Order: sequence, then structure tokens, then C-alpha cells
Amino acid sequence: MNVNGVEHPAPIDPRRLLADHLRHDLGLTGTHVGCEHGVCGCCTVLLDGEPVRSCLMLGVQAEGHEITTIEGLARDGEPLHPVQQAFHECHGLQCGFCTPGFVMSVVGLLARHPQPTAQQIEEGIAGNLCRCTGYASIRRAVSRAVELRAK
Amino acid sequence: MPRRRDARDLKPPPFQYHTPATVHEACSLLGSLEDAKVLAGGQSLIPLLNFRLARPKHLVDINGIAALDRIYERDGGVAVQALVRQAAVEDSEVVARICPLLSSAITLVAHRVIRNRGTVCGSLAHADPASELPAVLLALGGRVVARSARGERTIAADQFFVGVFETALAPDELLVEAWFPASRQPSLILEESRRHGDFALAGVVRADDRLALFGVAPTPVLADPRDPARGLEPSGDLEATTDFRLHLVRVLADKAFAA
Repeated sequence: MNVNGVEHPAPIDPRRLLADHLRHDLGLTGTHVGCEHGVCGCCTVLLDGEPVRSCLMLGVQAEGHEITTIEGLARDGEPLHPVQQAFHECHGLQCGFCTPGFVMSVVGLLARHPQPTAQQIEEGIAGNLCRCTGYASIRRAVSRAVELRAK
Repeated sequence: MPRRRDARDLKPPPFQYHTPATVHEACSLLGSLEDAKVLAGGQSLIPLLNFRLARPKHLVDINGIAALDRIYERDGGVAVQALVRQAAVEDSEVVARICPLLSSAITLVAHRVIRNRGTVCGSLAHADPASELPAVLLALGGRVVARSARGERTIAADQFFVGVFETALAPDELLVEAWFPASRQPSLILEESRRHGDFALAGVVRADDRLALFGVAPTPVLADPRDPARGLEPSGDLEATTDFRLHLVRVLADKAFAA
């Protein structure tokens, strides 16, 4: 499987979840694991460009596919991805645990709706939980990301 | 001290993993293996594995089967094959034209990120009593096509949902396609849930003069629009009492038929 542009072998054990494979085998700990049953959204990654829950996929199922994790959005030393920049500017995070999942969901949302309506933004982030309840800032960050992408 | 997470962590219980390349191969696996589960989108099955609530001996992953992801017009309705993701149905112009009821119901299924992976046929085969798509199939009088090494059969929606998480599929059968009749106006789906994307406390589907209910019985059920709660005995839980669910059925059905 291709992860952030680099080819990796699939996990040996089919019971290995994609989220655990990314974190433990590849050391990509930016993908967070919260509820482990698809509710919290922390583990969201892009599968061939579309956001999916990496805790609800077996690692072996990613064989032959492209995975993008939060680490793949902007390399070290490069400018932040517009969505990351927007979260930074708008304080779209407090403790930061949910942030990688929110960012990946929003990247997927804006790929589908480059100019989302307020309702599309709300629905786009509805599948991610922020236990700091920083939703107002997160919503602002999405709007700001729309502006930054347009530049 | 809690044990530190390490490289040996495996959440799902032990299973043997099979990746058939064709429907034929999948059916012969299902016919020969004891205690096998089909893995399609995995958005319901993998949580059950992660919690070890399901412990199948074998997983038959159908995601590698080619040409099983078509949405097409057939017999005045729309057919949705086993690997069609819910997101593809949501975006499908064919579905929007022929069966707009299905298009609108899909948007109530969890969240887009889940729908990117979850399949329509998987939702039907999983048969969660609170899920939307089984009730849509029932309200429309749709059918599913089941294939096995023994052959193929068509099962009508009113024969398909047997109990909680239980369908008429035999252990050796693969649900290869669902067929939704064209939805005629007025058709709509209404549900009440605690949060957007949650399972419904109760929901109703109106397809012309037919009414199906979900979340209030072990399976989706057809009901009389003039007395929709008759004979129902929904369970009560932390989310909603029995009486509240019955109230929701009456209110939602009234709304659906006032529209």
C-alpha cells in the first residue's frame, strides 16, 4: 500500500486494523485512535482521496490503495496545508486529540464541496467528536480554509 | 498499571481471512466454510469484531471482486450491487431520477465518512432494526438477489427481514444485488434521532400510500397509515421509553401523510 507517497508492505496479520498498522507498524502516530468503533472520527484518513475511518478497515484491505494521513498533508519544513493553517489561525483546537480526524474530514469535505454552505459544513464535521466542545472555532476554521484554498 | 499499547495489539478476535476474486469463488467459500461472515464495507461488522461481540471463524472479504459495484436501471427500478458504497448511491443521478426516496434516505445513514465505505447491500444484510435502508426497501416493495453455489433466488423485502440482525439469507448465500422500485410521489422518510447521523429512536418511510416503520420492532414493519402504532410493542431504553417511541411513530406518520 502507498502511504503518503511511500510504498509499504501490508500488515502480515489480517486482524491488524489500518489505524493500528499506521500507528504501531509505520510509526505514523498522527492518526489518533479514540473510540475504535467508528463514532469519534479521530482516526479518519484518506483512502484514495476519500475520508474513511481507519479503525473500521483491516490494514490488509488497504493493499493496492493510496492512504493519506495527517503527516502526508504537509511535510516538515513545508507550509501547512490550508486546512491545517485555518485550524491554527482560528484556534480550531484545544487539546488537539480530535484534530487530525477533523482536518482529514474537512479535507474530504472541501474536495467534494469547495464552497460549502453552512449546512454542508455542519454535516461535514458532524461525524467527528471534539470533547473540548470547540465546535464554534472548528466551524470558523472550515470557513477560513475555504478562503485559504481559494487564494 | 494499564498495559501499554504495543505492536502486538490486535483488536478483532481470531479469524481466517479469505479474499475471493469472483462471486463464484465467494459462494463456494460460503458453501464450504463453517461459521463464515461476509465482509463488505465493514462499517457495522468491524465495530462488532473490535468489541468481540462477533467472533466468526472466517471472514470472506468481497471487496476484491471485480464488477460488483454497478448501479443500473432494471425493471422500472434501480438495482444496486453488493459493493456499491452508500456514498455512490447518494451521488448517483440514476438513483436520484428513479428512486429519489433512496437518495434522501441515504443521507440519514450515519455520516459521509462512513458512507464512503459502507454498502447498501451490507446495511440490508446486517438488518439492524433501527436502520433506514431496510425500511425503505420494505416500503417500496423491493427485492434482493441471493446467490449461492446452489443457484440464485430473489427474496421479497417482506420475506427478507426475519428478526433483529437476522435475514432470510442462508449461511451459504451472498446478497449480490438489491432492487428498489421507482419511488412515486409522495415519498419521504422521517426520523427522530438524538444527533444527526445517529440511529433513529423511531422512523417512518412513506412510499405513496404505503408506510413502513423502523426502530420500533425487531424488523422494519409495514403499518396502517390511519393507525400506525397499532400492535407495536417497541422496547424502551435510556434513549427513549416505549411510550415515547409510540408517540414518535404517530407524530412522524401524521407528518409524512400530511405532506
